[in-house]
Amino acid sequence: MPLLFCLKRTFFEHKTHIFAQNFRAVMSCKRLLSLLILVFGLSGSVISSFAQEAEKHENTAPEEKKGINITELVFGHVSDSHEWHLFSLKNADGTEKPVAFPLPMIIYQPGTGLKVFSSSHFEEWHKDADGKKISNEYEGLYIEKVMKEKVLASDGSKIYDFSITKNVLSMLFGVVILLWVMTSAAKKYKANTAPKGMQNALEVIIIFIRDEVARPNLGHKYKRFLPLLLTIFFFIWINNLLGLLPGGANFTGNIAVTACLALVAFVVMMANSNKHFWGHLLNPPNVPFLVKCLLVLIEVMSLCIKPVALMIRLFANMLAGHIVILSVICLIFIFALLNVYVGGGFVIVSLAFSIFMFMLELLVAVIQAFIFANLTAVFIGQAIEGDHDHDHVELSEGLAH
Amino acid sequence: MDLLTPELGLFFWTLIAFLAVFFILRKYAWKPILNSLGEREKGIADSIATAERVKGEMSQLKSENEKLLAQAREERTTMLREAKEMKDKIVNDAKEQAKEEANKIIVDAQHQIQQQKMAALTEVKNEIGSLAIEVAEKILRKQLNASEGQEAYMSMMAKDIKLN
Repeated sequence: MPLLFCLKRTFFEHKTHIFAQNFRAVMSCKRLLSLLILVFGLSGSVISSFAQEAEKHENTAPEEKKGINITELVFGHVSDSHEWHLFSLKNADGTEKPVAFPLPMIIYQPGTGLKVFSSSHFEEWHKDADGKKISNEYEGLYIEKVMKEKVLASDGSKIYDFSITKNVLSMLFGVVILLWVMTSAAKKYKANTAPKGMQNALEVIIIFIRDEVARPNLGHKYKRFLPLLLTIFFFIWINNLLGLLPGGANFTGNIAVTACLALVAFVVMMANSNKHFWGHLLNPPNVPFLVKCLLVLIEVMSLCIKPVALMIRLFANMLAGHIVILSVICLIFIFALLNVYVGGGFVIVSLAFSIFMFMLELLVAVIQAFIFANLTAVFIGQAIEGDHDHDHVELSEGLAH
Repeated sequence: MDLLTPELGLFFWTLIAFLAVFFILRKYAWKPILNSLGEREKGIADSIATAERVKGEMSQLKSENEKLLAQAREERTTMLREAKEMKDKIVNDAKEQAKEEANKIIVDAQHQIQQQKMAALTEVKNEIGSLAIEVAEKILRKQLNASEGQEAYMSMMAKDIKLN
């Protein structure tokens, strides 16, 4: 459900953006609509993910007896971890032995200082009274797993976790691929021969970003922001795709990541905002005083909502996609618990549906990257705009909400 | 709410990685790629503009050529006409002159023929005269050899005189 909502929203926004530029008259209507869809979609995605969560909590009790905990499984996959878990082997005595790569832990504890060690030191897990998984203690630290993993100090003091987690490592893979692909493509341009292969594929995308995202939104100043937009687009896209690989991390579906990207976009927007932008925002012309107060309040709020919308959109879309795919696959095992043959029969349905979802996610991966880049361009465009194209401000504002 | 609280560590690493990627790619990837894309597009635009210009020049040249050709054709026609006129004139002149010459020659020839004829006639007359005289002489000689002859002649002469 959340994914469908998000997708709907996604396509709608996309369409709105492309077509709306010509139909200003329909704009106010569309603005309202996209606002509604945003709210609806967001609450839909959040609420239904909570609903799922609740559902699964209910299911936890009977399933635990049979050895499957869907909540743990799904959220173990979509949330960050201090080890790269691949699969679990069952020992002869029935206990599970996880096969996982330990990852480096980097913990800063004020007073004690920096601690760097392997996560393989946390190997004994037990459950406390609330159902939380607690690891053994090492160097005065332990890991608590509910939906997310949290590193806590045994003495309760504040610590800062800078570990190279699964998501960080996945991102580093993405970064390496991105740097390698882009710099090797750039080298081919220096050779100045006819473009071929990868270079052609990249060129189409780069030109698309330049002509469809940067130029319409940023006008003649597009050259300055194009590297940022391209980096945002490719960074999100490659990480979206890496997240879809089996065993991959849910990097872009993590709110810390999207918050970081949204913050970068917001900082760039603020750093480049001009007098005209602030003038219109804090002192809208030709408006009575009372309305002005209200308007300024709304405008300031909308300014803050912009990065938040960027952040939540990508996060919710990617997370929802991952959860849906995992849930569909888990259905096989749930049915298999009822009856082996039912489970076997459901494999076909479940696989068909998850293949469909994977295809959809491939699409969503590029669409979300495009939307993030596009909205960043729209926001920056608003901030740097002069008086000459006033119409455009309202248009892009309509899109932003 | 667990999922909605960002982790500091991931945020930190993402920020660093993203900024690093941004600065590296900006310098080593986007700049060369965008520059060469721009150059290529400019090159293509220039080529098209040049082609357009050359095409214009070509058509101008062609029209000029056609104009020149038409002019040349016209000139050729006039030249031909003039040449023909000249030729006719020359031929006519020549004919005229030839006729004149011929007439003159004919006149001369006739004159000469007349002269020759006259001369020949005179000569013939003279010859005939001398021949007649010779014959007469011979006859006279023969007739006047004998006395009767002389006498007869004398009588004849006398007769003639009488008659006159």
